[in-house]
Amino acid sequence: MNAQAANWPDRLFNTFKRAGIRQVGYVPDAGHARLIDRCRADPKIRDVVLTTEEEGVALAAGAWLGGERSAILMQSSGLGNCINMLSLTRSCRFPLLMLITMRGEWEEFNPWQEPMGSIVEPVLKLCEAEIYRARKPDEVEGLAESAVQLAFGDERIAAVLLSQELIGKKVWTK
Amino acid sequence: MSQARLERRAAMATLLEGRSDDLLVVPGLGSTAWDLAATGDNDRNFYLWGAMGGAAMIGLGLALAQPQRRVAVITGDGELLMGMGSLATIGIQRPANLAVIVFDNGVYGETGMQPSHTQSGVNLLSVAGACGIDLCLDVHDAAGLADLAERLKTFTTTLFARVLIEASEPPRVLPLRDGVALKQRFRAALGAN
Repeated sequence: MNAQAANWPDRLFNTFKRAGIRQVGYVPDAGHARLIDRCRADPKIRDVVLTTEEEGVALAAGAWLGGERSAILMQSSGLGNCINMLSLTRSCRFPLLMLITMRGEWEEFNPWQEPMGSIVEPVLKLCEAEIYRARKPDEVEGLAESAVQLAFGDERIAAVLLSQELIGKKVWTK
Repeated sequence: MSQARLERRAAMATLLEGRSDDLLVVPGLGSTAWDLAATGDNDRNFYLWGAMGGAAMIGLGLALAQPQRRVAVITGDGELLMGMGSLATIGIQRPANLAVIVFDNGVYGETGMQPSHTQSGVNLLSVAGACGIDLCLDVHDAAGLADLAERLKTFTTTLFARVLIEASEPPRVLPLRDGVALKQRFRAALGAN
């Protein structure tokens, strides 16, 4: 992967800036590490580290009530923690921009990641979310831009799925 | 444990008496939403009919987005227990304009008065303090309630209050339950649309 291809987290950050994202909620995640660092370093973005991903769903609702755009970052297992709180999003038609790094689908060493990873897409569909699946680095930014438009323009759930090939293998032994 | 307890409807009315347009209120689902509705409807109330465990985090997102206004989350012990991690999240963000107030009656009133953890010794006031919220108030009488009501108009640091209330079940006062309408009128009242 060349340097241009590897900088997709920076391009996601640029998308956040163009979209006017002011709050970013996240549970720390290796795949989102670079994007989290960029958000933490930006004085105009409030980074909110969460104890569980569903907090981020509620945070995003509050942000929108107050007139701010937000995004939440998580890995695929975190989506499972959000399900009931997404009722808030759907009942009130809140915009929700979710960026989800995928586990359990490619070169996965840890079989415990597979059960949730394998049902991310069907679960999102049941929740009436629009899914934007990025498999290659150069797809990420364009898909994220589309997700921003749908989330905040239509006040809907837009989920950008960042495939495990993008993130790379987790190193288990050093 | 025999400690004085306050009546919930009167407590809510006292807290919101003379309420400013710059106070935004998020109740939890269930009893605190009915208590809030009983004080009179207001576009700056965002009633919850679900999202159990989410009230404090909605308050956090709102407080961060509206730093020039004050936000009061007024929820029940059962609701807050479900989102207890959010006290940790709020404890490190500490927005100066956020108050989280728990009406603690030690029971799940909406489901038949089953005991909650707080009845058996879980202390939400201690939890909030341990999470780094500097101003934590223990309210169990009229003087404490009056003090909290006054602070709600003037506080300039993240505030947590536990209000001990009786396990009573006053008649329900049901607010608007169309979530989209609640969201739109709230945003319109803030000029956010």
